[in-house]
Amino acid sequence: MTAEVAPQPHSSAHDESEGYLTHERGLKSWLFTLDHKRIGLMYLGSVLAAFLLGGIMALLVRTELLFPGETLMEADTYNQVFTLHGAIMVFLFIIPSVPAALGNFFLPIMLGTKDVAFPKLNLGSFYIYVLGTIFTLIAIIVGHVDTGWTFYTPYSARADSSVIWMTMGVFILGFSSILTGVNFIATVHKMRAPGLHWKRLPLFIWGIYATSIIQVLATPVLAITLFLLTMEKTLTVGIFDPALGGDPVLFQHFFWFYSHPAVYIMILPGMAVVNEVIATFSQRKIFGYMFVAMSSISLALLGFLVWGHHMFTAGMSEYATMVFSALTFLVAIPSGVKVFNWVATLYQGSISFASPMLYSLGFLALFTIGGLTGLFLGILSVDIHLHDTYFVVAHFHYVMVGGTVFGFISGLHYWWPKMTGKMYNETLAKIAFWFVFIGFNVTFFSQFIMGSQGMPRRYYDYLDQFQPLHMASSGGAYILGVGFLIMLFMFIKSLMSGEKAPPNPWASAGYEWLTTTPVHPHNFAEPPVMTRGPYDYHLCTEEELWDGFPEDFEKQAEKA
Amino acid sequence: MAHEHHGPAYLAHHFDTPKQQFESAKLGMWLFLAQEILFFSGLFVAYGIFRSWYPESFSVGSHLLDWKMGAVNTVVLLFSSFTAAMAVRAAQIGEQKGVPEKDKLQLGGKVWTSRFLWITLICAGAFMVVKYFEYSHKIHVGTLPGQFFGHPGFDMSAPAGHHFYEEMATAGQLAYESGGEAVVPFHLRTFFGIYFVMTGLHGIHVLIGMGLCLWIIRKNARGDFSADYNTPVDIFALYWHLVDLVWIFLFPLLYLID
Repeated sequence: MTAEVAPQPHSSAHDESEGYLTHERGLKSWLFTLDHKRIGLMYLGSVLAAFLLGGIMALLVRTELLFPGETLMEADTYNQVFTLHGAIMVFLFIIPSVPAALGNFFLPIMLGTKDVAFPKLNLGSFYIYVLGTIFTLIAIIVGHVDTGWTFYTPYSARADSSVIWMTMGVFILGFSSILTGVNFIATVHKMRAPGLHWKRLPLFIWGIYATSIIQVLATPVLAITLFLLTMEKTLTVGIFDPALGGDPVLFQHFFWFYSHPAVYIMILPGMAVVNEVIATFSQRKIFGYMFVAMSSISLALLGFLVWGHHMFTAGMSEYATMVFSALTFLVAIPSGVKVFNWVATLYQGSISFASPMLYSLGFLALFTIGGLTGLFLGILSVDIHLHDTYFVVAHFHYVMVGGTVFGFISGLHYWWPKMTGKMYNETLAKIAFWFVFIGFNVTFFSQFIMGSQGMPRRYYDYLDQFQPLHMASSGGAYILGVGFLIMLFMFIKSLMSGEKAPPNPWASAGYEWLTTTPVHPHNFAEPPVMTRGPYDYHLCTEEELWDGFPEDFEKQAEKA
Repeated sequence: MAHEHHGPAYLAHHFDTPKQQFESAKLGMWLFLAQEILFFSGLFVAYGIFRSWYPESFSVGSHLLDWKMGAVNTVVLLFSSFTAAMAVRAAQIGEQKGVPEKDKLQLGGKVWTSRFLWITLICAGAFMVVKYFEYSHKIHVGTLPGQFFGHPGFDMSAPAGHHFYEEMATAGQLAYESGGEAVVPFHLRTFFGIYFVMTGLHGIHVLIGMGLCLWIIRKNARGDFSADYNTPVDIFALYWHLVDLVWIFLFPLLYLID
C-alpha cells in the first residue's frame, strides 16, 4: 500500500494565492455564497456573537448572586436574565456551534468533496437560523420571557405572550438544525472521495454524522411541542393546561424527548473534535477506532431512551423511573469507551501541549467529572435530594461547557490556521487557557458543593450560609470571562497581524491538512483519492507531515 | 476561477455523476420525510393519551364531525396521490424521440406530466375547499377548542347560539346512547382542540404541497425535465404521498371512532 494520498496539491503553486476567502470579493459574494466554507464562517461569526451575548447574561446572573438579596437587579429581571442566558446559550450557541460552524467548514473537506450535497439548502439553513435569531431577539426586546429555557407548562402557557416569539424563534431554529442534519447525512453517504470508505472516515465525521441523526429524529418533536405550546397560548387547545383537562407532565415528556437527545447534539460534536486533536498532538493512530466510532452512534441511539431521568420527581410511575434510571446508566458505557480510548491513544504517543491539545485534555478531565456526576443524578434516591439544585447546574455545565465548549474552542484553535490562513500567538492562547480552565472549575465546582448542601437552582435569593460559595462561584465566572476576553483579543490580533500559516502547521495526518492554505475554493485543486486512513501516521510521507511551507520542504529536499 | 463543464446542464458542479446527484436528493428527501413523521408523531401521541383518558369525549366528538366530508376528502387525496405517481411515471418516460409509434409507452412525456400535475393540484384544492366548509361550520356553531368552546367565531364575548345547543343536544344524546349520562362530556373541547391542531397542521402541509406542485408545473412547462432528469417531480411526489399518508391516519382516528 502506498503512503501517497494522490494528488498532492502542495506541489502545485498554481492556486496558492486563490484561496476561498479572496477568489470572489464583495458583500454579495458572502451573503449569497453557496460555498460551505463561507457559510461555515458566517455561522461561526453568528454563534460567537451569541456566545458573547449569553456570556454577558451569565456574568449578570453571577453578579446578582454575589450577595443575598438584591445586588444588581430585581427578581423579575433576574428571572428574565437567566432565561435568556439558557435559551441563547442552548439554541443560538451550543447546538449550532460545532456542527454548523466547524462541521460546515470541515465536513466536505474531510470527505474530499467539493461541497455538501445540497449547497442551496445549506445557505437556506443559515438564513433560517438568522430568522430564528431575529424572533428570539424580538422576544428579548419587546418581551418578558421568564419561563427558563425549558418553557415548562403550566406557567409558560399563562405567562406573557412574548413567550410565543421565543418559542417560535426556537421552532424556526430547530428547522435550521434539522435541514443541516439532513444535508450532512446525505453528504456523508453519497459524497465521499474515492478510497474513503466507512472504516477510513475521520472520527470527526462519525461524530457529526451521529449528531445529524439526532438532529433529524429528535428536533421535530421539539418543534411540535413548541407548536402545541403556541397553540395552547393562542387557541387554548387544552393539551398541557390542567385547567382545561390537559397535562403539564406531558409537556415535560415531549420536551425532554427532544432535549435529552439534544444533550448529545451538544456533546457528540465536542467529542468529535477531541478525536482529531488528540490524534494529531499525540502523532498516533486513535486507539480502538471502530469502538470510538460506534460509541458515537450508540450514544446517539441511547440518547433517545433516557429522557425520563429529567422527570424523576415529576410524578411518573415508579416502574417507569426504574427503567429510565437503568437505561441512564447504560449511557456511561459508550462514554467510558471514548474516554478510555483517548487515554490509550495518549499512551506512548509523542504528545505536544499546544493550545488545542490543552483544551482537549481539559475536555477529558472536565467531561469525566461531568459524566460521573451524571450517574449521581441517575440514581433515583440520590436524585430526590439533588434534583433542581445547583448540583444539577454544575453537572450540566461540566458537560456543556467543560465538554462541548472546550471541544469547540479546541477545534477553533486547531483549525484556525486552516480557516483563516493565519497563525495565532501561542503564549496568549495558553494564558487564556489557564484562565478559562481555572475560572471554570472555580465557578462550577463550588456549585457542586452548594447543590449537595441543598441550594436550589434558579433562585434569586438564598440563605446566608451559601454566600461564601456563591461568592467563589461568581469570582470564578469573572476569571472565566477574563480568559475569554484574552482569547478574543488573541484571535483578533491573529486576524490583523498573524503570521501566514503553512498548510499543515500541526504535522497532522488528517485529510483536511492535505489541501492548501487558504483553502482552495473547491477544497482541493484536484479531486483527491484517499489511499490511507486519517490517523495513519506510519503511512504518511515526510512531505505530508511537513509542518512548514511547501517551498521550504523542496529546498530541504534538495539539500539532502 | 473558470472551470470546464463536466456533464449535462442539470448536473450541479459538486456532483460527479447524475446518479450520485439523484441518489443524494432521494436520500435527503427520505430523511426529511422521517423528520415529518416524527413531527406529526407528537400529535398522534397526544391524541392517543387524551383518547385513552377521555374516551367518551372522543366518541361523541367523532360523531359531531361529518364523516361524509371526511370520506370525500380521503378519496380525493388518494386519487391525487395516484395522479402524482402517474406524473412521475410520465416524466420518467420522457419524450421517447426516435421510438417507433407502436412501441411508445402511453401517457408519457411532458404534456402528460403537466396534465397529471394539474389534476393533483386541483384535487388538493378540492380537499382544501371541503376543509374550508368543515372549519367554517365549526367556527360558526362554536364547537371550538378550549376556552372558545361555545363561543362562535373565536369571539369570547359572543354567546352560544341555537346551533351550538342543537349540537350539544346531539352530544348529550350520543353520550346517553353509549351508556353514559345524557350530559355533554367536558373534554369535548379537548377533542376539538386536537381536531383543529391535527387537521390544521395537515392542511398547512397540503397548502405547501400545492405551492410545490405549481413550481414543478412551471419547471415542467419550461422543459426542465426529461427521461434522464426528473428528480424534482419524484421528490415532490414523495412529499405528496406523505401528506396523503398522514390524512389516511387522521380520517379514521378523528371521524370513524366509536
